[in-house]
Amino acid sequence: MDIVVEHLTKRYGPQKAVDNVSFRVKAGEVLGFLGPNGAGKTTTMKAISCYINPDEGDVKVGGYSIKEHPEIIKKNIGYLPENNPLYQDMNIIDFLEFIAKIHGIPKYLIAERILDMVRICGLEGEKHKLISELSKGYQQRVGLAQALIHDPEILILDEPTTGLDPNQIVEIRELIKRIGKEKTVILSSHILAEVEATCDRILIINNGRIVVDGTAEELRKQAAGNEILKLGIQGGDVNDIFENLLNLETIDSVDFIDIDKQLFEVQSLKEETSVKAIFDLCVQNNYYISELTPTEKKLEDIFRQLTLH
Amino acid sequence: MKQILHIAYRELNSFFDSLTAYVLIIIFLGFSGFFTWIYGADVFFLGQASLDTFFTVAYWSLFIFIPALTMRSIAGELKAGTLELLLTKPVSDWQLILGKFLSTFFLIGIALTPTLFYYFTLWAIGPVDHSAIVLGYLGLLLMSMVYISIGLLTSCLFSNPIVASLTALSIGIFFHIIFDVLAANFVGFTGSVFSFLSLSTHFESITRGVVDTKDLIYFFSISFFCLYSSKMILSNRNLQV
Repeated sequence: MDIVVEHLTKRYGPQKAVDNVSFRVKAGEVLGFLGPNGAGKTTTMKAISCYINPDEGDVKVGGYSIKEHPEIIKKNIGYLPENNPLYQDMNIIDFLEFIAKIHGIPKYLIAERILDMVRICGLEGEKHKLISELSKGYQQRVGLAQALIHDPEILILDEPTTGLDPNQIVEIRELIKRIGKEKTVILSSHILAEVEATCDRILIINNGRIVVDGTAEELRKQAAGNEILKLGIQGGDVNDIFENLLNLETIDSVDFIDIDKQLFEVQSLKEETSVKAIFDLCVQNNYYISELTPTEKKLEDIFRQLTLH
Repeated sequence: MKQILHIAYRELNSFFDSLTAYVLIIIFLGFSGFFTWIYGADVFFLGQASLDTFFTVAYWSLFIFIPALTMRSIAGELKAGTLELLLTKPVSDWQLILGKFLSTFFLIGIALTPTLFYYFTLWAIGPVDHSAIVLGYLGLLLMSMVYISIGLLTSCLFSNPIVASLTALSIGIFFHIIFDVLAANFVGFTGSVFSFLSLSTHFESITRGVVDTKDLIYFFSISFFCLYSSKMILSNRNLQV
């Protein structure tokens, strides 16, 4: 099922939480929804899962509009809300049974589905505990289990890893990756590494508008700009080497990283590469290269660049 | 329909899990039993095989208990965030409201069931007017229906359960006594309007043994109005967090 978001706008009072956002998620894709806090991620996800009515625009899931056929869409979506609300006074099995019944899963299948969920989400040791007795990580797993129990085609996860410890984060990521092979997944986060690790495509949203739409690769390329090299040259005086580097035609600027180890940061001019020129320079002066590493811009920097305005 | 029952059943379970149901049933049975059999205008004092005293006690105690039961129904779900969980499942707004309504209604039914023993006891010791008793129970159920709907509406309007409960109680007081008092103080058309609005007028006419369509329309229309308003508030998501 494809998800098509068309000119979605939602206001809270005078403030536009989401402003004319349009995008499309193809069946089977894992989309990472990124943005700083308050960017409009949650609002967009709430609209897709039929919880709030948008002021303008529409969302179509598998061709059905959220305005006309919410009941069909709700059946095909598994949604994990932000902060993972659960009935704290129920135990895990009762809670999952309630959710399964609400989804209209036939009676003879319910027990089987619950056991599947308990196994997939790693809840075996805790299954008879009250939800209020569980740690945050286990509660998050119950949240995932309730979103998955009716085997939905689409999975919408609003910040699934907040509050988890590093081991749990890795486990949940693995789980999402596994699920993502068969299902359409939209996942929101403000942690870039997480989205990079799990998603095919990244959508960055800021102040209610989409800033970037593409793969992690494309995102890097777009913001890469000039070539930056970390360069170590030995076999001569540091200052001479520095002077010589600056005199090369393709080089824009040279900085010291470490004078003692003779490490430099070399930035080339736009759309030029200085690797060959540096090599020739070393040959002419009998220097030798101890290190030459192209520095990639980190996604974090790109993210900051795009969302800090 | 199934969704409504699933929601009602879960809610009913949580009433029992949280001890609310036990406390309600014990206090209700204690009060009504005390006044029906032991103290004041009890059955032996009156010397009649009638449950009028019980119905009066129930009429007042349910009026006070119901707002306490309904106050958290929507407001609590909203605060815990579970409303979002429920409404993103294949559940319509109507089903949610009706499920919540039914759960409290069932609980009142469960609290009333043991009082059937009063009826059987009475039957054993004297000639009983069966239809008066059946209609008395019907009156209590109809009255509960109205107050549950009012309670649900205020629970949609206010996110604070205490505020919701007190508001439901103050709205209830109008139907319970104030319209009746006003009806006694006015004559002519105004008087009859207030008398029609007063819940006690309709309750008494039913317990007296007369089921008029006018009374049924009264109970059902107030309930429907409150439930419909609750549904509209829920649909607009005009809920205050």
